[in-house]
Amino acid sequence: MSLLHSCEGCPVAALPVHGSAPRLVALVGPPNSGKSTLFNRLTGLRQKVANFPGVTVEQRRGRARLAGEREVVLIDLPGVYSLIPRSEDERVTRDVLAGEMAGTPKPDAVILILDSTNLNRHLVLAAPVLALGLPTLVVLNMADELANRGGAVDPEALATRLGVPVALVSAARGEGLEMVREFLSGAVGLPPSLDLPVLADIPKCRQWAVAIGDKAGYSQPAPPVWTRRLDAVFLHPVAGPLVFLFVVVAVFQTIFSAARPLMDAVDHAVSASGSWLSGVLPASALKSLLIEGVWGGVGSVVVFLPQILLLFLFIGLLEDSGYLARAALIADRTMRKAGLQGKSFLPLLSAYACAVPAVLAARTIENKRDRIATILIAPFMTCSARLPVYTLIIAAFLPERPLLGPLLGTRAAAMLGLYLLGFLAAFGTARLLKSSVLKSDGAPFLLEMPPYRRPTLRQIGLRMFDRAKIFLRRAGTVILGVAVVLWILAHLPLSGGKMPEIASSVAGTIGRVIEPFVRPLGFDWRIGIGIVMSLAAREVIVGTLGTLYGMDPKAGSVGLQAALRHDLTPGGAVALLVFFAFAMQCLSTVAVVRRETGGWKWPAIQFAYMGLLAYSGAFVANRLVTLFLG
Amino acid sequence: MAKMRLSLRTGGASRRNPVSLDDLVPGASAVLARIDLPEADAARLMELGFLPGASIVAAGSAPGGDPRVFRVDGTEFALRRDTARRLLVEVAREGAV
Repeated sequence: MSLLHSCEGCPVAALPVHGSAPRLVALVGPPNSGKSTLFNRLTGLRQKVANFPGVTVEQRRGRARLAGEREVVLIDLPGVYSLIPRSEDERVTRDVLAGEMAGTPKPDAVILILDSTNLNRHLVLAAPVLALGLPTLVVLNMADELANRGGAVDPEALATRLGVPVALVSAARGEGLEMVREFLSGAVGLPPSLDLPVLADIPKCRQWAVAIGDKAGYSQPAPPVWTRRLDAVFLHPVAGPLVFLFVVVAVFQTIFSAARPLMDAVDHAVSASGSWLSGVLPASALKSLLIEGVWGGVGSVVVFLPQILLLFLFIGLLEDSGYLARAALIADRTMRKAGLQGKSFLPLLSAYACAVPAVLAARTIENKRDRIATILIAPFMTCSARLPVYTLIIAAFLPERPLLGPLLGTRAAAMLGLYLLGFLAAFGTARLLKSSVLKSDGAPFLLEMPPYRRPTLRQIGLRMFDRAKIFLRRAGTVILGVAVVLWILAHLPLSGGKMPEIASSVAGTIGRVIEPFVRPLGFDWRIGIGIVMSLAAREVIVGTLGTLYGMDPKAGSVGLQAALRHDLTPGGAVALLVFFAFAMQCLSTVAVVRRETGGWKWPAIQFAYMGLLAYSGAFVANRLVTLFLG
Repeated sequence: MAKMRLSLRTGGASRRNPVSLDDLVPGASAVLARIDLPEADAARLMELGFLPGASIVAAGSAPGGDPRVFRVDGTEFALRRDTARRLLVEVAREGAV
């Protein structure tokens, strides 16, 4: 007997097979239906994430392995409530299903996934999907929750009503998936011509869905009691903000304190393997390129991996537990003051670790203008790569004195001030953007509050893996290229067959050429070289200055501080801090912004705007400090 | 606004004119009469269940009171108050608020 609840007398046809190419099955469903969970369940690690051509909508494809060495390609389409294209996401889903998306063949079959605890609302999507006339399987997800909360549905009766097979599953627990695999590998029914409602008439579609659900014995589950109880605490006027603050502090604490030993371990491993390699290889220009350029450059990115992984662990926990929607709700009022909305909160929090994951996290914002505005301001938040620079300059120029008793010293206050400076720049820029080019289109802020659920390790692990891969690939390849170019600039031209001192290298020449431009900021040619080199990644300036002053930046940080004090006026030091707070010196971020906004336009605007702000900010800072300190 | 709420609580039960969703006190329910928003935005809300004739319950809110959370058909959605003001409802029963 078949496991599938099929309708009797439906025409049954085998899925068409195009030569040897595995067939394409599209996964469609409303947001919060567990679509990605099912996709991950079926494909595991065999998935690829890319953007659809020309748009900023993410396309996930994966291979599902079936019995007998057979495979199908699954494509996870953006979550939609209808197929009437009103947003970019909906247009992509509609175009793919209609076979009108460039580069994606028309799917051979469709899996429509719906939340069984919300069937009245979700079943509405069945009307336009069945109208496509493709072989379809309807998956009713969250079967466990439906049963626990006392709801019921008869999948067999629903299959008869809809004319397509129906499977009742729990994707999170992996229950009932054999039915889905059977559909993917076996013979499937083409949907008969149903008496479907006029698709543009939403009330009619809803009536249709409720009537079909009724006939399939659907009884709505009881309200989620635990969700109501938890919300009474998490949205409480007093306890709510406290829990919110606790979560924010916990994220901060983890990505800065807990990640530190891991990052040190990675750093140690990179430098240890580098010195090992250095000992093995014969001395040559190639060795220097390999060790200082490639190894050092890529190592500088890999060091951030533990922090990014921990960050994604947190994002995963917040998202999958359902707390993120509450956090967005709480943050909405504050974010609105900047012209943004609650969903911008998570990307901006992530940006305190690194702008690259922040830009990726902005994908959860459906509203395109809000999403771009969030991406554009994210690099202003004080990321980890700025900290080595801030620490060096502050230690060199600011003597440590207690400011608020033992609680706050001058140096910590300066660091806090820099965090505040970045935040204010982000806030002001958001206001500017949202009152001009990215003015809200008036679409109301709408946030579904899903019930709280227990996150699963598998889901979170897969996503951490996925995002870490993007981070390493994007950041790694950019940094690799840039590290090689920078090495060449610092080691050419050869003089008498030998590599030159950095001062007489191409980089040194560039530093002298740009000196007139950075002079008004209080910088000399050395800082100029440092700024040029740190265009790739901010923390590079510390190493570059170390090389320029002939000091090992790790061993001789005190020496480096003294050298900086000798060469840089206090005005120049403050200007340098301001410059680093504002400038977009991170090619990894540029690359990710280009990918996420679908072109060079926004990263170019962002780079120019931040550069201009950095230059003028540093100029004003230098003038003011010089004026006041005589 | 405070005045409007007061009148609803005391003697507003006989009121026939639709009031807005934002006027509902937490725990109160009402029937959606119409959505006074541009067509695309209204359609989005309708897809989520905010259909004329649907019963809507005012659930909680963000700690500051905005956005507010509304329950329709067993699912909760957060709407900003300025959006909720554009959803006109009829209070279902006497003493419901």
